[in-house]
Amino acid sequence: MTTKNMTNAGLPENEMPKNELSARDWSVHPPYFCETYKSTVLRSPRQKLIPIDHTLSETSGPGYGEPSIGTLGPDLTKSAVKNGLPLGERIIVGGRVLGEDGRPVPHTLLEIWQANAAGRYVHEADQHDAPLDPNFLGAGRCVTDADGRYSFISIKPGAYPWLNHPNAWRPAHIHFSLLGPSFSTRLITQMFFPGDPLLPLDPIYNAVPDEEARSRLVCDFSIELTKPQWALGYSFDIVLRGKRATPMEI
Amino acid sequence: MALKQTASQTIGPFFRYCLTPESYGHAGIAGASLQAPGLKGEKIRIAGRIFDGAAAPVTDAVVEIWQADAEGVYPETAEPGKFAGFGRTGTDASGQFQFDTIKPGTVPGRGNAWQAPHIGVIVAARGMLGHIFTRLYFADEEVANAQDQVLASVPADRRRTLIATRGADGVYRFDIYLQGDDETVFFDV
Repeated sequence: MTTKNMTNAGLPENEMPKNELSARDWSVHPPYFCETYKSTVLRSPRQKLIPIDHTLSETSGPGYGEPSIGTLGPDLTKSAVKNGLPLGERIIVGGRVLGEDGRPVPHTLLEIWQANAAGRYVHEADQHDAPLDPNFLGAGRCVTDADGRYSFISIKPGAYPWLNHPNAWRPAHIHFSLLGPSFSTRLITQMFFPGDPLLPLDPIYNAVPDEEARSRLVCDFSIELTKPQWALGYSFDIVLRGKRATPMEI
Repeated sequence: MALKQTASQTIGPFFRYCLTPESYGHAGIAGASLQAPGLKGEKIRIAGRIFDGAAAPVTDAVVEIWQADAEGVYPETAEPGKFAGFGRTGTDASGQFQFDTIKPGTVPGRGNAWQAPHIGVIVAARGMLGHIFTRLYFADEEVANAQDQVLASVPADRRRTLIATRGADGVYRFDIYLQGDDETVFFDV
């Protein structure tokens, strides 16, 4: 944690760089080591993280917009069609990307990936005995609009087994990757579905220490996003680190 | 309105067809080369391996870098064919990653300070519930490194984990140890 009123150069706060970001909130983010998620045992740093008082290197970030979408657009049911539509339950997933201050994060890139309806990833290393869908890749990109809104069309992903513990199954989820406005706002997370009986059993979901923060990883069914005669809608808002309030702004 | 941050979750093992999808027939938003026609600066290659706490290579990580140009300017937009300051690649079967880029210039620090040339590095992988941040500095920038505020905040005996050394082949080596006696310095950014 940085000391609020002093920088490491000993300068008063009003001389700090523009766009100073709030700290990473460790009350919501999972710790690196989680005993029940086995792969963390050898992949978690054990030394204390060293805080950096933000400089331009942390407050600036890559500016990927619409041109970066390329061949992986926001409609995952269309981008890999070979001889028909993908199988499974079509869904709409939409929401807003916001800062902690509640302001929208406009024109920011989201990248998502997921398993198909049978719980199988296209990834060459996925050996789950479930069928691939020739018409579904499961990867998409979208850029938020001026109000921070995004929307994807996809197929509801299936649960799948993994080897973490006996009879381990991941709850259905969609992976989200966001860069946000700066290199420090980077967020990689997973969105889950309401009512999934696997959620209480999932070490990854439950690695988030705070129950309220966990529940915010679960999208909400949304009748407003649901398109009549076509597909169910789910809403999922994402909150990135926001600008830290400075005395000048209060 | 005060909202709470969305929690991080692991990137998992199966991100490649989205984040580094070249072998699946799609272009990624960024790749392992940041070089672009007409780009000023010294062309360099950075290579390293990522190891876990048992010194086994981490073969399913994604590595991202963010850097300024040779004049110390961070690009504001990422446009095709231009230097975007951002690179992304996956580790291979030996845990190795590699970037072709240019050496960044000095960039402003806090107050009137300047920072030694450096590259921001993110690593994410299965088994990591959050990505990690580190910084790559250059061994041949001794004077600038000695004045760098961030390096100064790191215990002296661990600073070497942040400094890429140039081999006889001209490649800057930057191995990353997630855990263990040589654990790389990771930052709370």
